[in-house]
Amino acid sequence: MMLFKGKSLSSGVAIGKIKTYSPEKIDLLPTKINDIENELNTLKLSFERTISQLIELEEKARVNAGDEAAELFISHQLMLQDEDFINCIKSIIINERTNAAWAVQLIGLKFAKQFSEMDDEYFRERAADVIDVSHQIISFIRNVNHGLMINSDDRYILIADDLTPSETIKLNRTSILAIVTRLGSANSHTAILARALDIPAVVATSMASIENDWQGLEAIVDSENGNIYIDPDMATFSKFKQALNVQSKRKKQLLALRDEPAITQCGRRVKLYANIGSVEDVSSAVENGAEGIGLLRSEFLFLGRTNLPSEDEQFHAYRSIVEGMNGKRVIIRTIDLGADKQAEYLKLPVEDNPAMGCRAIRLCIERPEMLITQLRAILRASAFGRVAIMYPMITAVWELELLKSYHLHCCDQLLSEGIAFDNEIEVGIMIETPASALISDLLAKEVDFFSIGTNDLAQYTLAVDRQHPALERYNDPMHPALLKLIEQTCSNAHKNGIWVGICGELAVNPKMSEFFINSGVSELSGSPAALLPLKEKIKSINIGNFM
Amino acid sequence: MESINHTIKDPLGIHARPAGMLVRLAMNFNSELSIARESGESYSLKKIFTIMSLGLKYGEKLTISAKGDDEKEAIQALSQYLSNNL
Repeated sequence: MMLFKGKSLSSGVAIGKIKTYSPEKIDLLPTKINDIENELNTLKLSFERTISQLIELEEKARVNAGDEAAELFISHQLMLQDEDFINCIKSIIINERTNAAWAVQLIGLKFAKQFSEMDDEYFRERAADVIDVSHQIISFIRNVNHGLMINSDDRYILIADDLTPSETIKLNRTSILAIVTRLGSANSHTAILARALDIPAVVATSMASIENDWQGLEAIVDSENGNIYIDPDMATFSKFKQALNVQSKRKKQLLALRDEPAITQCGRRVKLYANIGSVEDVSSAVENGAEGIGLLRSEFLFLGRTNLPSEDEQFHAYRSIVEGMNGKRVIIRTIDLGADKQAEYLKLPVEDNPAMGCRAIRLCIERPEMLITQLRAILRASAFGRVAIMYPMITAVWELELLKSYHLHCCDQLLSEGIAFDNEIEVGIMIETPASALISDLLAKEVDFFSIGTNDLAQYTLAVDRQHPALERYNDPMHPALLKLIEQTCSNAHKNGIWVGICGELAVNPKMSEFFINSGVSELSGSPAALLPLKEKIKSINIGNFM
Repeated sequence: MESINHTIKDPLGIHARPAGMLVRLAMNFNSELSIARESGESYSLKKIFTIMSLGLKYGEKLTISAKGDDEKEAIQALSQYLSNNL
């Protein structure tokens, strides 16, 4: 048995057969060619195919790992669009009459060297990116897949020297039990991707090298402790097999709850919904038993692009989500962007205080064309399932009156155009400012429901910047002031016959479940992964008679 | 031809990530876009390798120029991006 230690990137135990991976060393020799035109054409085609592949990887990264991970693939695309890079390669082909693959290898190395000689560590890491991109181009030129090939029938523990981001993003949970790399760091892009893809990983291990004869051996990855056991002895194997059994049992236990309603011991029912931010997230919501979507963050349609999404684009996305939820309520929040997290094409003026600036609904009021486009798209989607509209950052009744007029305007338009929509669509608001909580009695008369955004409500109520690390002690997520505002909101809602949901992080905090149920909250919405454990908690609660 | 001046406010200067975003933004426009340093040297904003290797630092004064049919939009978008991110 061999034991290696490394930096853990996650928790969980994996047991399985090893698959070692080392990228094919690309060490081409130049060959003389006669048909330069043809070679240049091959180069052009390979560039195009690589860019297409990178765009796909960018999207996959965005969906599975977020914007920052996706940006990595954007910079790869830009490398391929850099005229200097392209022209240097072409020059080699033309002037030295050599093959495209060799030219790419040569220039790739040259440009990578430029980076590896820089002071900044971040730039030195980019050298590997240039090589990664060059290899992708060469793969297309040679029509050979140099990359990782996983036989999807079996599941493996992958062990490699290192993995490039493009290799990591192609991995999927179904074939790979765990990743172990000799090199790497806890903050490398690969680590970030692996974490986001939810694959247990251990990096920067104490292995001197990856041995070919490990291929097919049994291994145990104890990712919580960063330990890897290759060819474990019986005692170690039994110990971890047991841990794995406990882990699997737990997973099964939770999955069994999926279709059961969340009812307390004392008979109080709460609906558990999911917060999502993309069309792809719907499957995760369904797998985790979500009874609806409590918050569709529509910003995904506006970010990572260079112009506003059209009504049709938005409509198609909303419709996919609505149909994916099969008749269950989907609450779509109108765009919640501001100067702090914006898209450049929106051209938002710089603000000293973006958290309290022209953001979210205020932005929509400033730019009614943008709001109307979104409302029309949401209304059109409402014909395909059960949709609700939710407005963020409301602080006054007049805002709602104005929004209602826009809503009616859109309905009139659609009617005259003969386009179907749900004319009884629910309209609700986020309660995420002290103002809205305090006038919730007035607001309740104007809407069909409230959803309390506890994150921002806490920020504005406690006057604490939630990103500020030094202020953590002031940012008590269960601060009595916050709880009072929540209670008041719920009370006002019920007096006016409307329902209340919670969509901030607090919704899935099991310590808060009793409080919410006591306050009469009907719906708790959170990230799909949190729903089953929450349901388990709710089913165990017993708070006696109905209040 | 349109141009604006900008002083880098980000203590990290123009490092890889914003460089990528800056070039990405520049690629959206037809106009020729360039960035000039105080020393006078001028570079195309559509070349990621060039921009990343410039090592532009905090406090440096830059001039962004655009020349082409969409130069006004280009300058506005770039100006916005620089103000917000660098």
